[in-house]
Amino acid sequence: MLSVKNLHAGIAGKEILRGIDLEVRSGEVHAVMGPNGSGKSTLAQLLAGRDGYQVTAGTVRYLDMDLLAMAPEERARAGVFLAFQYPVEIPGVSNALFLKTALNGVRKQRGLPELDAMDFLQLLRDKMKLLGMDDKLLARSVNEGFSGGEKKRNEILQMAVLEPRLAILDETDSGLDIDALKLVADGVNRMRNADRAIVLVTHYQRLLNYIVPDFVHVLSQGRIVKSGGAALAVELEQYGYAGVESENEVSHVS
Amino acid sequence: MPAATRQLDELIGREYRHGFVTALESDTVPRGLSEETVRLISALKHEPEFMLEWRLKAYRHWLTMTEPHWANIRHPAIDYQDIFYYSAPKSEKDGPRSLSEIDPELLRTYAKLGIPLKEQELLAGVAVDAVFDSVSVATTFKAKLAELGIIFCPFSEAVQQHPELVKQYLGSVVPYTDNYFASLNSAVFSDGSFCYIPPGVRCPMELSTYFRINARNTGQFERTLIIADKDAYVSYLEGCTAPMRDENQLHAAVVELVALENAQIKYATVQNWYPGDKEGRGGIYNFVTKRGECRGANSHISWTQVETGSAITWKYPSVVLRGDNSVGEFYSVALTNHYQQADTGTKMTHVGRNTTSTVLSKGISAGHGQNTYRGLIKVLPGAENAHNYTQCDSLLLGNQCGAHTFPYIEVKNPTARVEHEASTSRIGEEQLFYCTQRGIAPEEAVSMIVNGFCKAVFQNLPMEFAVEAQKLLGVSLEGSTG
Repeated sequence: MLSVKNLHAGIAGKEILRGIDLEVRSGEVHAVMGPNGSGKSTLAQLLAGRDGYQVTAGTVRYLDMDLLAMAPEERARAGVFLAFQYPVEIPGVSNALFLKTALNGVRKQRGLPELDAMDFLQLLRDKMKLLGMDDKLLARSVNEGFSGGEKKRNEILQMAVLEPRLAILDETDSGLDIDALKLVADGVNRMRNADRAIVLVTHYQRLLNYIVPDFVHVLSQGRIVKSGGAALAVELEQYGYAGVESENEVSHVS
Repeated sequence: MPAATRQLDELIGREYRHGFVTALESDTVPRGLSEETVRLISALKHEPEFMLEWRLKAYRHWLTMTEPHWANIRHPAIDYQDIFYYSAPKSEKDGPRSLSEIDPELLRTYAKLGIPLKEQELLAGVAVDAVFDSVSVATTFKAKLAELGIIFCPFSEAVQQHPELVKQYLGSVVPYTDNYFASLNSAVFSDGSFCYIPPGVRCPMELSTYFRINARNTGQFERTLIIADKDAYVSYLEGCTAPMRDENQLHAAVVELVALENAQIKYATVQNWYPGDKEGRGGIYNFVTKRGECRGANSHISWTQVETGSAITWKYPSVVLRGDNSVGEFYSVALTNHYQQADTGTKMTHVGRNTTSTVLSKGISAGHGQNTYRGLIKVLPGAENAHNYTQCDSLLLGNQCGAHTFPYIEVKNPTARVEHEASTSRIGEEQLFYCTQRGIAPEEAVSMIVNGFCKAVFQNLPMEFAVEAQKLLGVSLEGSTG
């Protein structure tokens, strides 16, 4: 579904990603882990179409399309979803209106009719219930005055409504207490299916106790330095990134 | 004269028609301004002596004044001798004959705003029977209002039929000496609207629909006077979301509102005069004086404005809070795109005790637009327990535009509470990316963010007006996402 090959990219002349290779197939859950500054968020944002990055080499194919040539909204409509690390506030725009506009944009692309207000509201209420979210958040402005946990749950709600093919979750676990973390993880697990791929970008292993990935990649200084199964995350938890990175250095030398 | 025009004339009164007919025959009053011009205008309108005297006093005073230049706007010098101060409505031989002769760009905008075809013709100045339907509607309205004793008519008709009211209230809020443009208006105003709500009467409808028709020929120097007598209520809508074609570059209108004891006046404006082209050529200069006086105790005046048109907007709808416990409100959205300039805001003058005022201003700048909020909160010594709350937010789209804020506060009573909050933000890349990442097109995203920004103001507009205003913002911002 997603094929990243030798991706080099940077911002303002500074190279951040220095040759990323990543293959993600339908039905898989990948965790991309790494210390601060390793390029995790850059990768997530770049895949979603954030402006301002320069790609200097490499390719990204998504469902046989050149992902990098597509505008952010085209990627979104083609099924790429990014759960933001820092969800943005939009004062005066109700959460419900925002989601409805987004959903209808995506549905149009898929050749589906627009949902009317009643059907949409029903859909939304059902999904919110599953995430333990208060109905009142619908009428509130997008993310405005939301707690950290509410913002993150709101991202998962959007994902549940938009039903993407490829979901990229950028540090969705940060700032969540254990109860909120479980709710978010439940929400994500419920979305797992054979047609969908999920990429979890995270600093800590904690989230992976609840969402067990098929693959774990360790990102360091703009490269994937190690890949493995779920057990790799546990190893990281024990030895830290430094351990893995130094081991990698050694393996390079030898 | 086509039947439709004839019927419109009948509607607005015989004297008025005479004025028009005479003017049509003489085409227009010659270019330029002199005492003779003022006399001629008054004569054409068959005005009583007191009106002529008032106009002449205004004209003579205007001669002693100089054009103000304190506003944050720039424009080439206005040659006041190069203006036609009275022109009759265009006869159909000058105007376009059908919509096919109208600038397609304008038609495209009408279509986007969802304006019915008949109304499009009307707005574009096509001489057709489009007026017909509207006229009969207006006539029905008039009958209904008359039953309640409400007077609602063209200003020139009020001068003929209710001279005592005009004499009593005209210039009582905005005197002919008020400012350069108000004095000019007082001398040469062509027509406008007059509205009187008798004591205890609640006007049962928004006074609006009628004005889409009526505003057609009175654009340049318009004069409006609204009086809500004791315990009366009226909600008044001015303007139209559709861009109006107008050959006159200078507009200098005056609106006066008088609220007596326990009365309430709500005045809403959507102003969308021609803003000039993308390079800033052409466009209306709009120098407007709007002021309301809460003359009686517990009276209430609120101004709500959505300003998206004109090359230059110079406008400060104000309230003088004379009556004890009176309330003044100003809610504003001003949008400047391309090379538009707006210097707008309000003055709240607290005179009576326990008076309250609220100011909520939202300025949006895009393209090379310059947007200035200018506000004065004045609390006089006798205004015990006066309270003002001002919030003034600016939103910038792009990096060629500007937002400026000039809040003035003068407090002469120690019990006053004056609060001011201000913010300036840019539609961030962050916000835009957040929307597009969810599959929302960039233009739609900008429109959504801007409408969200303006929501608190739109809430004060009547429902259908609010919907139109939202669409209008979207259209006015086209192309600003680059």
